Amino acid sequence: MFDNLTEKLDSVFKKLRGQGRLTEDNIKQSLREVRLVLLEADVNFRVVKDFVASVRERAVGQEVLKSLNPAQQVIKVVRDELGRLMGEGEDNGLNLAARPPVPVLLCGLQGAGKTTSCAKLALMLRREKRNPLLVPADIYRPAAIEQLKTLGKQLDIPVFDSSPDVDPVKLCLDARQYAELNGYDTLILDTAGRLHIDEALMAELQRIKQALQPREILFVADAMTGQDAVNVAESFNQQLDITGVILTKLDGDARGGAALSIRAVTGKPIKLVGLGEKLDALEVFHGDRMAQRILGMGDVLTLIEKAQAAVDKDEAQAMEQKLRKEGFTLETFRDQLKTLKKMGSMESLLKLIPGAGKAMKQAGDMQLPDKEFKKIEAIINSMTPAERRDQKVLNGSRRMRIAKGSGTTVQDVNQLIKRFTEAQKMMKKIQKLGPKGMKSLMGRGGMPM
Amino acid sequence: MDLIFRCIEWLTETAALVGVPEPHRSWVAMVLLWAGVAVVVVLGFVLARRLLRNVAGKTAPKIEPVVEEPAVEEPAVEEPVGLLLRMRAGLAKTQASLVGRIDALLRGSQGVDEDLLEDLEEILITADLGMKTTQQLIQSLEARLAKGQASDPAAIRIALKEEIRQRLARESAPMDLQRATPFVIMVVGVNGVGKTTTIGKLAHQFVRQGKKVVVGAGDTFRAAAAEQLEVWGQRAGVDVIRQSAGSDPAAVAFDAIKAAQARKADVLLLDTAGRLHNKVHLMEELKKIRRVLDREMPGAPHETLLVIDATTGQNALVQARLFQESVAVSGVALTKLDGTARGGMLVAIGDELGLPIHFVGIGEGLEDLRPFDPDLFVEALFREDG
Repeated sequence: MFDNLTEKLDSVFKKLRGQGRLTEDNIKQSLREVRLVLLEADVNFRVVKDFVASVRERAVGQEVLKSLNPAQQVIKVVRDELGRLMGEGEDNGLNLAARPPVPVLLCGLQGAGKTTSCAKLALMLRREKRNPLLVPADIYRPAAIEQLKTLGKQLDIPVFDSSPDVDPVKLCLDARQYAELNGYDTLILDTAGRLHIDEALMAELQRIKQALQPREILFVADAMTGQDAVNVAESFNQQLDITGVILTKLDGDARGGAALSIRAVTGKPIKLVGLGEKLDALEVFHGDRMAQRILGMGDVLTLIEKAQAAVDKDEAQAMEQKLRKEGFTLETFRDQLKTLKKMGSMESLLKLIPGAGKAMKQAGDMQLPDKEFKKIEAIINSMTPAERRDQKVLNGSRRMRIAKGSGTTVQDVNQLIKRFTEAQKMMKKIQKLGPKGMKSLMGRGGMPM
Repeated sequence: MDLIFRCIEWLTETAALVGVPEPHRSWVAMVLLWAGVAVVVVLGFVLARRLLRNVAGKTAPKIEPVVEEPAVEEPAVEEPVGLLLRMRAGLAKTQASLVGRIDALLRGSQGVDEDLLEDLEEILITADLGMKTTQQLIQSLEARLAKGQASDPAAIRIALKEEIRQRLARESAPMDLQRATPFVIMVVGVNGVGKTTTIGKLAHQFVRQGKKVVVGAGDTFRAAAAEQLEVWGQRAGVDVIRQSAGSDPAAVAFDAIKAAQARKADVLLLDTAGRLHNKVHLMEELKKIRRVLDREMPGAPHETLLVIDATTGQNALVQARLFQESVAVSGVALTKLDGTARGGMLVAIGDELGLPIHFVGIGEGLEDLRPFDPDLFVEALFREDG
């Protein structure tokens, strides 16, 4: 997962070979790479500075200098520190142990995803056998109340009958009374999006807090937020003393450095993450996953998205069955090609595999070859099922026939068979290497070239 | 085939890492493995053929025909001075933080040295200009330094301003509403950037300019999105074409363009549901909407406006790139610039994608969506008294 950074650090330390030993200067150079990776992931500048300083401290403290594999060692320090910062091993669960109804307040900037998160949270709590009441307290945005009511209806979770003419504080108090009378044990308060520098609206939030004493005050933050995340989170935390964070839109391809920034400046745990538009796409936060994502996963993310869009669960299981039964043959390979085609043009896919893009550039232009793709398909389609099951039967005359049938040349056919046989061998090799081998294959686009 | 299962194990872990929900992880891993192996074989095949062909010297460079588009100037809606003032008010925060800091920095330093450049770098990065753009800017400053063109802090300041302006101004062609009737504007973007609000403000402004406007509620996915748009429609006094929630957005687009044509509207504003740019099927849906528009009125949409949230970091550039690839984005509206976010990604978007920035949102009011002028923008950023 740390391939990106690992590669960069490897190249830094490669230059040092022959020098005998590492100096502090070398460490500095590798830390510069760490800094770059974090900044590219939108981690705040200040946070990066502190982070790199603490990594330096540990790295210089002999751990790295003495090790045989300094790149790995730096990575390890970085990973440990990131994990520590993200609160690895902490209990991030919601604390709702109080006399019901327990108020939970969601706040944040406009468009962060508060209303959707409220509905997701309500569903999550109901699955935990609680009895939540949704309270729309956003009287400003047009149809915000309507939105929560619609979501409530979809989930069959009651929504307090708010009206935009009522002061939000009174509205929340009314809702609490209503909840008490009707036996709801949790109040989920959806507040209006507001800028942290909007004094009037921030004061309103403080009044709601005063009046209801929410057990949890969750700051909802967009995972795509840039450098400004620290200012916003700090400000909300100062004025409301938040108890935790919900990170939304994590199903996008942003690296999500904002998570690290928010955590660092507020010291408050990220408790939940939003992973999609469906209302059950809310999960408990995992610090270690986030740390790895920040260090460089964007491309793989997109690839996974594409894979998910191309094939559904049943198809995938069917493929698995077939592969298990028949092994990796040209027959199964043809199915793979079909899947690949569904996942988008070859070019866009290749871009996603680190190293593959570079290889293409070296070989000429980047115009990747849906045409060549078709050629491969045509070659395989021109084979008999027996030939597809085992390419070893392909002698000269069979190859000639296939070339004619597919409108290609015998060289093309030879080339494909050669590549395919190599891939088969590679699969066997991976078997010996285990998961680690697969990782380097996927991570570097390991080519049998 | 033990290996398959070990690989799948690893890929499942990967899927978990990036947040694929639990029940889907294992099959997603399966698909990835599937595709990965295929890519390797195909790539090997293609590369080998390429190399052979290159050796044979058969590769001929392809020359893309250059199409020049005539740029049509739109008459200024407001006198520049008033606009400048308003923009400056909205940008005060940006100014205070970015320019104020640059000024303070330059004032405090005696000469130009490494430290100064490093501090400048910090300021640019924290304004979300992104590593790449920041490094380019710093390099160009260094080049100027080397040539002796910028020997003192004041000169550095001017140079920096020039460099940023250059990147923003590239290929800035204003919207020309006269080009077609109805002039169809499709509004796209990720979730929560302010598409609906932007449409509300735009509708209001077009009405004020004496245009007849129709709005299409193409966000049929998010709960109460159409209701939200209807409220904006009432405020602006324009017709909103909508269907029931969950209906096909392309059908709404069809209805909307038919209605706009029948009612002889000057402008059709089409809302779309927010979608993350990496969701392939949702981007396909957007393409379909585009196709429907083009079929019913060749050339439509005449403008595809991408809305970007100023608080977004590096991902803004990815958003712009992917939306551009899918639906040929022709311009950008930057919203929420009234917070403390600085919208620095604007520079990278202008520079790398050549996309013009049409509007900036600098407040909650109906008037607070302003036409964007790169010169005024930089001017407002760099005023001496900032």
